[in-house]
Amino acid sequence: MRVTVKLFASFRTGRFEIETGDYPPGTTVADVADALKLPLSELGIMMINSRHVKLERVLAEGDTLALFPLLGGG
Amino acid sequence: MVAVLDFIRESAVGDLVAWQHQLEAARRFSLSPALVEGIILDNGLLPARYQRNRQTISQSGQRELFHSRVAVIGCGGLGGYIIEELARLGVGTIVAIDPDLFEEHNLNRQLFSTPANLGKYKVEAALRRVLDINPAVTLIARQTAFSAENGAELLTGSNVAVDALDSIGVRIELADACSALGIPLVHGAIAGWFGHVTTQFPGDDTLQRIYGPEKSCKGVETSLGNPSFTPAVVASLQVAEVCKLLLGQGTPLCGRQLAIDLFSMEISVIEMNDSDRETG
Repeated sequence: MRVTVKLFASFRTGRFEIETGDYPPGTTVADVADALKLPLSELGIMMINSRHVKLERVLAEGDTLALFPLLGGG
Repeated sequence: MVAVLDFIRESAVGDLVAWQHQLEAARRFSLSPALVEGIILDNGLLPARYQRNRQTISQSGQRELFHSRVAVIGCGGLGGYIIEELARLGVGTIVAIDPDLFEEHNLNRQLFSTPANLGKYKVEAALRRVLDINPAVTLIARQTAFSAENGAELLTGSNVAVDALDSIGVRIELADACSALGIPLVHGAIAGWFGHVTTQFPGDDTLQRIYGPEKSCKGVETSLGNPSFTPAVVASLQVAEVCKLLLGQGTPLCGRQLAIDLFSMEISVIEMNDSDRETG
């Protein structure tokens, strides 16, 4: 299953901006974050094909997943 | 009132009233500079300090700003710039809310922090600064931590609230309080080179969507820190939103979030209404 992952802000550091990879069927947003060593506590907005999703959402062939870190400073 | 208005009209050049004449009117008729500013604006004139606001903000818009009240929750990195810009813009009443004192680690970015202000309350520094830059603006200093308990008391009467907090949990409480009171909320958050801005109208759940119910109270700013330029950028975007909301002009960031990346120099607009809750 081909999935494109787009990373934003600090998530790009040591990783990538955009990358298309193979993931097994049933892969969730949380699985992708885990594979990329993105701590779940740092995950902010998560979108698949520009629609907001939650961690448990299962990805489908051809999906584009966008991940933003949680920003809270003032 | 007729005498003071006559004095103001006689001293005006065109429709501009110089600061020295505004002050003189206040002294002669035992009024505050703020009261004189109201008389100037209510009678179709413009304090000369706002002449470069023109074209962007009309005389009637400037009057609207003067009769507005904006609550700024948090007077740190974002809040300092926000208060500075609101005061220079000519927003008549600013409620500044923050419980904290300035500490040394604030000096790299917080506009009102100086070595001399270390150990002083942030809201007191804000009060002194606003008095310095625009004495016609009334700053109400509330040296307290915003919470669900005191939220209604702190926010009632404000036309817009500005989120300049540094705790995600309190941001959600603020968003809930604003919704309950029917007050639009302009949200901003920063970490390192990154920030985001959005506007939540009463009834929207934009902040809940950004942060979710069970998120931790801090974000990646705990590891990235906050440099000087990011709060200035995000605070300025927030003030532009406040200005539009007060004037009822332009297109606010309602249902959209602006994500700012100063490292890649990219700004992304995220639609906040496209959620996928059933299958999420």
